Amino acid sequence: MALTAPYVTNYLTQHFADDAFGQVDGYVARGGYEAARKAITRMAPDEVATLVKDAGLQGRGGAGFVAGLKWTFMPKGADKPKYLVCNADESEPGSFKDRILMERGPHQMLEGILIAAWATGAEKTFIYIRGEYAFAASQLERAIEEAYSRGYLGSRVMGTALSHDVVLVRGAGAYICGEETGLLESLEGKKGQPRKKPPFPAQYGAFGMPTTVNNVETFSHVPHIIKNGKEWFRSIGTEKSPGTTIFGVSGHVVRPGLYELPLGTKLDEIVFEHAGGVPDGRRVKGVIPGGMSMPILPAGQLDVPMANEFLRERKSMLGTGGVMVMDETTCMVRVGCVISWFFRDESCGQCTQCREGTGWMNKILNRIERGAGTREDLDVLLDVAGKMEGATICAFSDAAAWPVQGLLRHFREDFEAHVREQKCPFPASFEL
Amino acid sequence: MTKNASAAPSGAEPKELSAESRARIEREMAKFPKKRGALLAALHIAQEEHGWISPALAKTLAALFEITPIEVMEVVSFYNMFYDRPQGRHHVYVCTNLPCSLRGARGLLRALESHLGVRAGETTPDGRVTLGHEECLGACAYAPMLRVGPTYHENLDVEQAKRLVDALE
Ligand SMILES: Cc1cc2nc3c(=O)[nH]c(=O)nc-3n(C[C@H](O)[C@H](O)[C@H](O)COP(=O)(O)O)c2cc1C
Ligand code: SF4
Ligand code: FES
Repeated sequence: MALTAPYVTNYLTQHFADDAFGQVDGYVARGGYEAARKAITRMAPDEVATLVKDAGLQGRGGAGFVAGLKWTFMPKGADKPKYLVCNADESEPGSFKDRILMERGPHQMLEGILIAAWATGAEKTFIYIRGEYAFAASQLERAIEEAYSRGYLGSRVMGTALSHDVVLVRGAGAYICGEETGLLESLEGKKGQPRKKPPFPAQYGAFGMPTTVNNVETFSHVPHIIKNGKEWFRSIGTEKSPGTTIFGVSGHVVRPGLYELPLGTKLDEIVFEHAGGVPDGRRVKGVIPGGMSMPILPAGQLDVPMANEFLRERKSMLGTGGVMVMDETTCMVRVGCVISWFFRDESCGQCTQCREGTGWMNKILNRIERGAGTREDLDVLLDVAGKMEGATICAFSDAAAWPVQGLLRHFREDFEAHVREQKCPFPASFEL
Repeated sequence: MTKNASAAPSGAEPKELSAESRARIEREMAKFPKKRGALLAALHIAQEEHGWISPALAKTLAALFEITPIEVMEVVSFYNMFYDRPQGRHHVYVCTNLPCSLRGARGLLRALESHLGVRAGETTPDGRVTLGHEECLGACAYAPMLRVGPTYHENLDVEQAKRLVDALE
């Protein structure tokens, strides 16, 4: 089923209700590809990278690294081919914004890619899209063909000296291929096992060549920055986190869906005003603010502005902006069981802490949920989670530890009640 | 995800690729600086033709890519969407990750299990449906949801899901 426009739109999604925006003619009629023309014909590559850096656009794939700065890490000169990768693997549970950006705004993303190609000197972009996104892939495939036929891709783009090719690559169902070096391995036709860093992709990326990886949404912001300037971009969002993002709200709310809002919008405004709060007059118990890897916040802490500088103070992060709402009936041990199952299943297995740790956490959480847990189990859980942090090839292991730590930080009483009563004390909770 | 838990009844083991599949694979190879980059694409193409990657088919692919059959099978086993045994004619995968579970996905999966008489990961004896559960499919606001092959079906209730599955041939 195709998506329609978000409930609240801003510059990224303002035309998404309009089918024509997804087609090249409709896109051009709404000012599309003018930003790329401006960048390529009137700005030097360095100037473009500096503008995007000064605008403060942070990567929207989860880590929040400043996009323009990353572009400047690419080596200068043309002795080796350079590549861009568009990370369209979107598999972080709770996240579905990249899907709509590709289904409803494929040319906006391609235009961002073209501008980044100019800024970095990349000759080719690989768009790596998760295998399950068949409809989004078909939309992109069509948009890429249209862009070639109109001279926005291929040799001599818009009659200039720039040449750029775009290749669409389908993944095949592996969460770890969203991690940028797992992605690079997968792109090379291998198992998607993350690489040790350094070397970083800007030195040794796809097929050993200098490569910059950016997220679908990150690219989609770029034409707007070129068109409207850095002051405009910085006037939206917070001082440290400018621009909008597309929040995906799911779980126990009246209006689950997508909301494009400035960074720094308060979480309680998103949950209650935009998404309509919890149905049937029930109360919120906890909210995961940024996709499943990010620690949960309890009901009393929802007054936080949704930007990393504020979320970090609450020991969480913006991640992908996937907001998952859980009502008062929810058993937080069950939540832990679901989360730890996912990470156990998706660990690529290279690092002992991650491979064993995810398995142990899942086993212990299931035991507690069944009513067979002990008080020591809670300490063992925290101990295992602690050992999984900061010691592995990629950040997956940390991402698996954080949510469990968050659940124990804010909902320890749920865990203790299971141990005390030797059963799950939340009969009305969602089914496991 | 539960793939490969049980094999569907199978005909002959696939071995060859059609001329059309070979031509498609060659076009994919040309897009990469090294042809190995097209291996995932080739596996998708081979599965479109045969439904799964048999040892013999892996050998055929390995020859095309100038790698060993075991290297092909390593890739097949790493990715959830590649299958090393025969599959039902339709894949029905219910998302059971957290946002979907919060909205009843696991109850829905259980209802489909008893409706079809198989467990998640199994194929119906007539080879019609392989049922499975899957991680987040990027449709969390439209939960519960499932996919039939590449097609998403969102905002389902148990009755709708049963009817959907019954309509598969
Ligand atoms: C386990 C793991 C999974 C990830 N999955 C994704 C993903 O699906 N999509 C994405 O854009 N970034 C993902 N990332 C982040 C990427 O590694 C990388 O930081 C990002 O693609 C860079 O683009 P950005 O700077 O534009 O955000 C993931 C990271 C980790 C550690
Ligand atoms: S941390 Fe986990 S997912 Fe990342 S490389 Fe190590 S084992 Fe693989
Ligand atoms: S959790 Fe089911 S689609 Fe995201």
